[in-house]
Amino acid sequence: MIIGLILIPVLAGVACLFLGNSRQLRVILIAVALLHLILTILCWIFPPAGLWQGWLALDEAGKLFLTIVSVLFVGSSFYLLEYFQREAGSPHESESVFVACLLFFLATMTLVTVSQHFSLLWVAIEATTLASAPLIYFHRNPQSLEATWKYLLICSVGIALALLGTFLMAAAATASPTPVELSIAGLTTNAQRLQPAWLKAAFLFLLVGYGTKMGLAPLHSWLPDAHSEAPSAVSALLSGALLNCAFLGIFRTLQVCSAAGIGEFARQVLIAFGLISMAFAAIFLLRQADYKRMLAYSSVEHMGILTLGIGLGGLGSFAGLLHAVNHSLTKALLFLLAGNIIFAYRSKSTEAVSGMFHRIPATAVLWMAGFFAIIGFPPFGTFISELTILRAALQQGHGWIAAAYLGFLSLAMIGMAGVILKMLYGPAPAQGQIRESRLSLVTPIVFAALVLVLGLVIPNFLSQTLTTAAGLAGGAVR
Amino acid sequence: MREWIDLLMVLVAVTNLAILGVSRLRTCIRLSAIQGAMLGCLPLMVAPLESWTPLLLALVTIALKGWVLPALLERSLVEANVQREVQPFVGYNASILIGVIAIAASFWFNTRLPLPFDPPGTLMIPTAFFGVLVGLFILVSRKIALNQVIGYLVLENGIYTFGLVLMPHQTLMVELGILLDLFVGVFVMGIAIFQINREFDHIDADRMTGLRDWSDE
Amino acid sequence: MISILSSILTVLCGFALAPLLLGVVNRTKAVFAGRKGQPLLQLYFDLTRLIGKGAVYSRTTSWVFRAGPIVGLAAIAIAMTLVPFGGSRGLVSFAGDFFFVAYLLGILRFLWVVAALDTGSSFEGMGASREVAFSALAEPALLLALTAVAWMTRSLSLSEMVGRLSWTLGPGVAPIAMVGCTLFVVFLAENARIPVDDPNTHLELTMIHEVMVLDHSGPDFAMIQYTAALKFWLLGAILIGVLLPLEGLPMIIRFLVSVAGMFTLAVLVGIVESTMARLRLLKVPQLLAGACALAIFALILVVR
Repeated sequence: MIIGLILIPVLAGVACLFLGNSRQLRVILIAVALLHLILTILCWIFPPAGLWQGWLALDEAGKLFLTIVSVLFVGSSFYLLEYFQREAGSPHESESVFVACLLFFLATMTLVTVSQHFSLLWVAIEATTLASAPLIYFHRNPQSLEATWKYLLICSVGIALALLGTFLMAAAATASPTPVELSIAGLTTNAQRLQPAWLKAAFLFLLVGYGTKMGLAPLHSWLPDAHSEAPSAVSALLSGALLNCAFLGIFRTLQVCSAAGIGEFARQVLIAFGLISMAFAAIFLLRQADYKRMLAYSSVEHMGILTLGIGLGGLGSFAGLLHAVNHSLTKALLFLLAGNIIFAYRSKSTEAVSGMFHRIPATAVLWMAGFFAIIGFPPFGTFISELTILRAALQQGHGWIAAAYLGFLSLAMIGMAGVILKMLYGPAPAQGQIRESRLSLVTPIVFAALVLVLGLVIPNFLSQTLTTAAGLAGGAVR
Repeated sequence: MREWIDLLMVLVAVTNLAILGVSRLRTCIRLSAIQGAMLGCLPLMVAPLESWTPLLLALVTIALKGWVLPALLERSLVEANVQREVQPFVGYNASILIGVIAIAASFWFNTRLPLPFDPPGTLMIPTAFFGVLVGLFILVSRKIALNQVIGYLVLENGIYTFGLVLMPHQTLMVELGILLDLFVGVFVMGIAIFQINREFDHIDADRMTGLRDWSDE
Repeated sequence: MISILSSILTVLCGFALAPLLLGVVNRTKAVFAGRKGQPLLQLYFDLTRLIGKGAVYSRTTSWVFRAGPIVGLAAIAIAMTLVPFGGSRGLVSFAGDFFFVAYLLGILRFLWVVAALDTGSSFEGMGASREVAFSALAEPALLLALTAVAWMTRSLSLSEMVGRLSWTLGPGVAPIAMVGCTLFVVFLAENARIPVDDPNTHLELTMIHEVMVLDHSGPDFAMIQYTAALKFWLLGAILIGVLLPLEGLPMIIRFLVSVAGMFTLAVLVGIVESTMARLRLLKVPQLLAGACALAIFALILVVR
C-alpha cells in the first residue's frame, strides 16, 4: 500500500512527461489525486505493514500528515482544472512538465510522511524541494525566477545543514561496539546509548535545516517570495502541505530527543523559535501591500504556533498537531480564493482590490470566512487549537509565553483585518459583478466546511490519532 | 595515514581562508575547484581500499567538484557580464578576520564535543566546522549570485568532510548522503545559474530586488 | 668564552656582510633583466661616498629630523646583538627577547616616521602614513609567527628558537610551512620589497619607504641606507635561523650553511622582484592580513 502511494504518482508523472494533450493530462491528474486519497483512506482502515526493515512505515503522525497532503492535493487538483483554462492565454511552462512535477511533488511529500529513517527522511525532503521548484517557475517571468532562485538557494542551504544534522546524529549514534541504526525505532529504543552533547548539536542543525524549509523565522525569507509568485493552487500545496512535511522532520527529531532525555532542552529551543517566528510574522503582516505575501507571512506565523505547541509538550503537542490540520485546510482555502481574486482584479496588490462583495460575492463570503478562521475566531477549528495551546501554556505556568502568544496573535489579527476588510468593502470596480465558475468554488467550500466541522466536533478517530501522535514526541495528554 | 589526512585538512582550511581573502571571482572559482579536488582524495585515505565505493566516491567528487561545477561557473562568468571582482558586503580584511575567528571557534567546538569514537584524522572535525562557517559567511556576505554558489560549495565541502569522519562506521548512509548531495548541488546550481543567465543577462543577486515587502514610498 | 667570542664574530660578520646582500639582490635582478648590473659592492661605495659629503638640513626641521637616522641605527645595532646567527647564540639573550627585537624595530620605524613628518613635506607625510599602516599589520604577523615558533620549540628566547624546528613529514610540517610563509611576507614588507613596495620606484605617489627618506642627505642618508641593509640581514637571519633545522651540526658547518642560506634568500628576493609586479596599495593590507591569518592558524594548530 505504501509502495502504491508513492509509485502511482511517480509513474503517472513520468507518463505525463510524454503526453502533450492537456485533456489527458487533466484526467491523469484528477485520477491520481483521487486514487491517492482512496489509498490514504484505506490506510486508516487497514494499517499497512512496514517495509524494508522498517525504513518505510506509516505511524500515527505520518498518517495524519499524509492525510493532509492527500486531501489538499485533491482539492488543488480540482481547482487547477479551472486554473489551466484561465491561464491558457498567458505565457507559462509547458503543462505536461507542470503536471509531472506536481505528481512528483505529491510522491515526494508522501515519501516524507512514510520515512522512518533519518537519511531517507532527508532524501525525501530534499526531493520535495527539487520537485516543487519548477512549480514556482510556472509563469516564466523574472519575478518568478527570482523567487525560484531564492527558494532553491535558501532551501538547499537549509537542507545541507539538515544533512550535517543527520551526520551529527549519526556521530551521536556511533557508540562502540556497534553503531545504532538511524531509524526512528532504532534510535528511540537505544536512546540511552546516544551521546547527549552530539545529539543536542544534531537537534540544533536539524531544526535550523528543516526549519528553513518550514519557514521558521529568521530563515523564512524565501517563503513570502515563493508563495506569492507560485500559481495559487501550488501556493496552497506549498503552504498547507509542504511546510507540514518539513515540520514532520523536526517532529521526528524531537521524538528521538525526548527518548534520549534531552527533550527539555529541545522544547525550550522550539518555544523560542516558535515565538520568534510569530513575532516576525506579526510585524511583517502589519503593512502588507500584497495579499498573497500576507497569506505567506500568516503561514510563518502559524508555523510558529505549531512549533510553540509541540514545544510546550503535553496538551500543547496535541493542540499543535490539531492546529497543523486546521491551518492546512484554512490556508489552502485562502490561497485558492486568492487565485480567484487575482483572476477577477488582475493584481496581487491590496490597493487594486476593493468591493469584493459586489464583484465576486461568493468568493467574498468565503474569503471572509477564511479570514475569521485564520485569525482563530470561533466556531472554526483554529479557535479550538489556538485556545488549547494557550491553555497548555497557562497550565504549565508559562505566563509570559502565554502573554507573548496572545500579543502576537492579536497583532497578526489587526494586520490582516486591515487588509482584508478593505478588500471586501469599499467601492466596487465599474465593470460590476463577474461570473464565478463553480469549479473554482467547490474546493474552497469543502475546505471551509471541514474547518467549521473541526471547530464544532473533533471526530473520535482523529482525536485518537492526534493523541497517539502527540505521545510519540513525549507529549502525553494530561 | 593519519598525518597525511591532517596535512590535507590544513591545506583545505588554508584554501578556505584564501577564498575569503581573494578579490577576483575567477580565482575564487579556481580555489573552490582545488578544494573540491583535494577533498575528492579524502575517501581513499579514510576508508580501507577493500570495496570499490570509496574509489567511486572519490572519482565522482573530483569530477563534479573539481571539474564540472567550476567549469560551469567559469562559463557563466564569461558569458554573463559579471564584474570580475567579488564585491563583498564585508571587506576583505574583515572577512579574513572573521575567517580566523571561525577557525578558533571550530577548534573550540572540537574540544567541547569529544567524539564517542576515534576519528580518522584529528583535524577533520574542526576543518569540517570551519568549512561550514566559512560557507555560511560567504553566502550572506557576497553580492553576486555566482559567489553564493561558491559559498554553498564551501558549505557542502565542510559537511562532506564531516560525513567522511563517520564513513568507517556508517558507510552506506554517508556514501548515499554525500552522493545525493553532490548531484543535487550540481543539478540545482547548474540549472539555476543557466536560467538566471538567460533571463537577466546578469547574475547579480544584489539586483534581484523585484520582490520585497514594502514598496518604496 | 668561546661561545661569546663566536657570537661577537658572527655579529660583526653581519655588520660587515649586510650591504653585500643588497648587492646580490640587485645583481640577480640585473641578470634577470639581461643587464650587466652594478658591482656587487656598490652599496659600500655609496656609503663611503655619502659619509664624505656634508649634510643639508632644511630650516623648517628640528632636532627630531637629525635624531631619526642616529637613533634608528642604534636601535638596529642593539637588535643585531640579540639575533643569533650561524649556530652561535646572540650576544645577549633572555626570555622574551623576540618581543624586544620586534619593539626595537618599532622604535626604528617610529623615529623614521617622526623624522619624515618633521620635514613638513606632504609627500613624506604620505609615505610615513603608508609605512605605519602596513607595519600595523606586519608587526602582529611577525609577533604571532614568532610566538608559534616559541610554542613549538618551548623556548622564549630567539637564541634557543633557531634551528630546532624539525621538518619530519606529517601534520607538523603544516604550521612550520605557514610560519615560514608569514615570516617571508613580513620580511618582504618590512624591507620595502616587491610586492609591497618597490625600492627602485621614482614616482612619489607610489613610493613608501623611499619617499620617507627623501630629505635626508650625506652621512644621515648613509646611516639610513646602512640601517636598511642591517634590517634586511636581521630579518633574514631570523627567517633562515628559524626555518633551517641545523641543531646538532658542527659550528662551522652551521655557519657556512647559514651564510649560504642568506645569499640564497637574497637571490630569492631578486627573483621575486623580477617576476612579480608591485601590488596595488589597496591590496597590500590583504596580503599582510593573510599572513597574519596564516600565523594565527599555525598558532592554533600548535597550541591545540
